Amino acid sequence: MAQLEIKNLHAKVNEDGGEEILNGVDLVVNSGEIHALMGPNGSGKSTTAKVIAGHPAYEVTDGQVLIHLDDEEFGDEEVPEELQTWELLDLEPNERAALGVFLGFQYPAEIEGVTMVNFLRTALNAKLEEREELFEGDESEDDEDDEAGYETSPMEGAADEGEIGVAEFQQLLKEKMEQLDMDEAFAQRYLNAGFSGGEKKQNEVLQAAILEPSVAVLDEIDSGLDIDRLQDVATGINALRDEQGAGILQITHYQRILDYVEPDHVHIMLDGEVVMSGDADLSVKLEEKGYDWVREEVYGTA
Amino acid sequence: MSSEQDHLKETDTEARFGFKKEQQSAFQTEKGLTEETIRLISEDKDEPDWMLDRRLRALRQFHEMPMPTDWPGQPDLSEVDIDEIVPYIRPDIDARGGVDDWEDLPEEIQDTFDKLGIPEAEKNALSGVGAQYESEIVYQNMQEQWEEKGVIFCDMDKAVQEYPDLVEEYFMTKCVPPSDNKFAALHGAVWSGGSFVYVPEGVTVEMPVQAYFRMNSEGMGQFEHTLIVAEENSEVHYIEGCSAPKYSAFNLHSGCVEVFVKDGAHVQYSTVQNWSKNTYNLNTKRAIVERDATMEWVSGSMGSKATMLYPCTILKGPGATDNHITIAFAGEGQDIDTGAKVYHNAPNTKSTIESKSISKDGGRTNYRGLVHIADGAEDSSTSVECDALMFDNESTSDTMPYMEIEESKVDVAHEATVGKIGDEDVFYLQSRGLDDDDAKQMIVAGFIEPITEELPIEYAVELNRLIELEMEGSLG
Repeated sequence: MAQLEIKNLHAKVNEDGGEEILNGVDLVVNSGEIHALMGPNGSGKSTTAKVIAGHPAYEVTDGQVLIHLDDEEFGDEEVPEELQTWELLDLEPNERAALGVFLGFQYPAEIEGVTMVNFLRTALNAKLEEREELFEGDESEDDEDDEAGYETSPMEGAADEGEIGVAEFQQLLKEKMEQLDMDEAFAQRYLNAGFSGGEKKQNEVLQAAILEPSVAVLDEIDSGLDIDRLQDVATGINALRDEQGAGILQITHYQRILDYVEPDHVHIMLDGEVVMSGDADLSVKLEEKGYDWVREEVYGTA
Repeated sequence: MSSEQDHLKETDTEARFGFKKEQQSAFQTEKGLTEETIRLISEDKDEPDWMLDRRLRALRQFHEMPMPTDWPGQPDLSEVDIDEIVPYIRPDIDARGGVDDWEDLPEEIQDTFDKLGIPEAEKNALSGVGAQYESEIVYQNMQEQWEEKGVIFCDMDKAVQEYPDLVEEYFMTKCVPPSDNKFAALHGAVWSGGSFVYVPEGVTVEMPVQAYFRMNSEGMGQFEHTLIVAEENSEVHYIEGCSAPKYSAFNLHSGCVEVFVKDGAHVQYSTVQNWSKNTYNLNTKRAIVERDATMEWVSGSMGSKATMLYPCTILKGPGATDNHITIAFAGEGQDIDTGAKVYHNAPNTKSTIESKSISKDGGRTNYRGLVHIADGAEDSSTSVECDALMFDNESTSDTMPYMEIEESKVDVAHEATVGKIGDEDVFYLQSRGLDDDDAKQMIVAGFIEPITEELPIEYAVELNRLIELEMEGSLG
């Protein structure tokens, strides 16, 4: 069990006089749960997602984003209590990833010249290595500097191949791609370069499946998807929860994807705060009545 | 420009690099490059008279020509002090370009070798220390295979002795005459070492011919001459250099490459070079390409204080093809001015130029290119693409793609992009677990991927590794 806990989160655009966007967000997502985060444009949903992942465009002015990990996360290893809870806001984006936070982007970056298979294996190994460093402290760092460079000739490539080797990774990737009904040729394509909108979203779910996060925050993963791909993506998201036990925080405007990925909890944001929470029925109600109804309920005005 | 006397005062490579070379008292009065020096070089090499005559003619042309200073935005060459050259080229002086002992190399260069993980024996050879490189057996085996086919691959000085007819015909005559530019003239006067490659008609050389194999010869000099003659329907891939920095206390490198690609032949010339950061790297490289023949230039320019390098292809025969792929990296204090020149002098000729540059920490890269399509070169086509990636706001990247199109029935395409490394791209990769440095390195590796995929794998690995080290700012 892991838990992502967002407490009284305030954030503004990271520039002088930057606009205040989050005005005290409170949310708790446990692993194995699916949460839907809904709200009108500009209410702060995407900003919440980006701040969780550590996007440099935002400055946190108050509040906390904590991740609580417990024994199950570590297998047989004993992990002292002080290493079971981490304040994500103090950490770099890659450290947050290492602790099990995944952000599925609304607009994933296109990286030319970097193949999917190379990228994903590098990312997975970087994540495993960073995780080790976080839990074992800085002791090992000095040794590593001494070993920088190649132990053998550079012609043979890096001696340090990472924890997951090429062959092992290719097998893993193949399995995950089959599950998402993705063509094998994807593995050799450049990361998101020239991908259709739908392919990009599928790719985000694939990356989550490979990196096995504790909590995946998926920002409008359903936008720009046709119905077939929506189902593939939904299957992938459900598998993240059912097979890997991930917690899902899914940001969406539409009921449509929630028909396939049924949320345990639905939250509605207005003006930088979560103003209403409920079960799956809430999103259905919202679909019928719109945000004016929420405003009326919360503020007593339309 | 100011006088060369002034430069003499400004240039103190010894002080700048803490490099100690023994005083050669006999030559303290020696000023400038003289005929006597040239005669000494030629005599030491026991050269035929025609070569001495060529050297002397080149020397006169060198003295007559002004330093190039009027190119828009060209690197500052005022610290290049030709007079300092003398002790490094006179055969009667022991202190040539290199140093005698590994320990005498500047620390940052030793450090680079260590980081590249190059074995000791190679380090010595590569750094110009002059120890024996231990792969001679491999080289011997290949040598035998080549000889069977009539392929010649040897040191340029040896070629003058053993293949005088070929050398006399092709050496700085039709391709790069010394009058081409001041540094070509200098080269013509003082050249030493380099490679000679001759591939007979119809012969395909399967394995790339690598200068690496004969690095222990004096071909590692700073004025090396490479002459490649590929006869009709032959094919060869020549690879020069490697990622190890070449250090010399004298700060000018001025090499020359001449390539003759006869009818239907195919030559690829690949080079990855990394000069130590006191070096002015001013080269002349040119290919003459006949009917239905193909020339490919693949170059990675790393290191140096300033580089000016524009490999040139003359598409002389109908149906001739040129491909240029270049990559340049400029870090702090570096000005890397590279590009390509192509002359379409016949119909149905085709050229493709792809240039990538990366600048960081205030470095400057410039793409300077010229495509000339002559009147009558109809149905020719050219495509020029230059992309620049900047790491920060302090770095500079310029693009100067000149086009001179005299023929109307041609297809001309040009595309240039200049961009800063994207924060969103970096964040995306970071959010997947890569740290800031690794994320940037991955973006850069992807950016230059079209180049590295053209290189043999071991060079691609080295180039990537070298760029990683440059980006960490950990290279000297």
